[in-house]
Amino acid sequence: MTTIVNYGLGNVRAIANIYHRLGIPARLATTADELAGAERVILPGVGAFDWAMTRLNESGMRGTLNDLVLRDRRPVLGICVGMQMMARGSDEGKLEGLGWINGQVKRFDESTFTSDTRLPHMGWNDVVPKHADGLFNGLESPARFYFLHSYYFAPDMCDDVLASTEYGGPFASSVRRGNVWGVQFHPEKSHAWGIRLLQNFASL
Amino acid sequence: MLRPRIIPCLLIRGGGLVKTVGFGPGKYVGDPLNAVRIFNEKEVDELTVLDIDATVEKREPNYALIRDIASECRMPLCYGGGVTKVEEFQRIVSLGVEKVAISASAVSNPGLVSKAAETVGAQSVVVVMDVKKDAGGYTLRTHNGTRTTDLEPAGFSSRMQELGAGEIVVNSIDRDGEMKGYDLELVARVRAATSLPLTILGGAGSIDDIASLVRSYGIIGAAAGSLFVFKGVYRAVLINYPGPVQKDGIIAASHGRNRE
Repeated sequence: MTTIVNYGLGNVRAIANIYHRLGIPARLATTADELAGAERVILPGVGAFDWAMTRLNESGMRGTLNDLVLRDRRPVLGICVGMQMMARGSDEGKLEGLGWINGQVKRFDESTFTSDTRLPHMGWNDVVPKHADGLFNGLESPARFYFLHSYYFAPDMCDDVLASTEYGGPFASSVRRGNVWGVQFHPEKSHAWGIRLLQNFASL
Repeated sequence: MLRPRIIPCLLIRGGGLVKTVGFGPGKYVGDPLNAVRIFNEKEVDELTVLDIDATVEKREPNYALIRDIASECRMPLCYGGGVTKVEEFQRIVSLGVEKVAISASAVSNPGLVSKAAETVGAQSVVVVMDVKKDAGGYTLRTHNGTRTTDLEPAGFSSRMQELGAGEIVVNSIDRDGEMKGYDLELVARVRAATSLPLTILGGAGSIDDIASLVRSYGIIGAAAGSLFVFKGVYRAVLINYPGPVQKDGIIAASHGRNRE
């Protein structure tokens, strides 16, 4: 069973709908009790960093989430700001992140941009995975996903980069450390590519 | 590399979908959820849904309908219509919408753009400019084109960027439903004034119109209403969208183009 953290941000229903159509068991968790014991967790997100952290803190689920990820080593997938929250912190905000993967969320450097590289990074772009198995199993390389963001996850360790994308230079469009996975793009809004990725996560 | 976005734009009036000409009354073209399902199958890049009566009728967004559309959408969704408060931005995002668009309230209350960006994030705050051309040049209008302003689109878009908007939609009232091509002069003015992503709406009558926009401006949003809901000279309702091969042809136009 895959549990989707429903803290008021991100498209939880679209993710749940995709799993239901695939016949893969999935449910939403709105309270710590509902989240407890989850086998596999998705942390979605749309919004500014501090707003997202505040909503997660207020949901009462942060402690349980930390236990599941750090103590029980359950697979977790962060999506968009859900991935960014896994860093120590973000240039976009002042609050501390979850700190599950060593790294900082940074703003794209506009001084390197041309008239074609505008911020936010918005639309469909190529994602080149370092490994063709796991999360990206069965996806062509490059795979194509939908992005909507001005900040990106910069991991301290190169080894934590799982996939990269070009936008005024390469950035980590996916990260992984142990049981913690993150994607900057929106698999729930990326048609067949996204459906495949979510299916892959459910079988990790 | 990042690709240009080709975006169907659906207009909601009285719970159904309509398509207008020159911001007029509009022709009924079907049920919104049914259209979303067809656009899912066609793997569209993004979808824009505008409730064109909400502001005029001074009512809040129809949250039940937005939730139904958002949970059906397997592509990114932009919703606009009747949004006047930060809490409404937050509520719509919590229903699973990636981007929330405002037009009249960006004119009457520009500070709303900054306040919304602080919580839902700049990337989810879209400003739609309904633009009318007359002897004096281009100006913005609101309330389905019925209220005039003295705001000029280039200056307004740059102000919206300073306030923290994440995208500008340039909607030509004169070209709405005409299907004779985008107003490229208007695009050029706005594009020079802002470094935000742009989406152009109003006038696309063929895939060639989209291709010529992409040829000129590369990575840009090309939105259309009539083109994706009508077929043929009699404007019979038929939801359509370019297939992957046709789309790759359009996108090829964005590579190796003449850069300004």
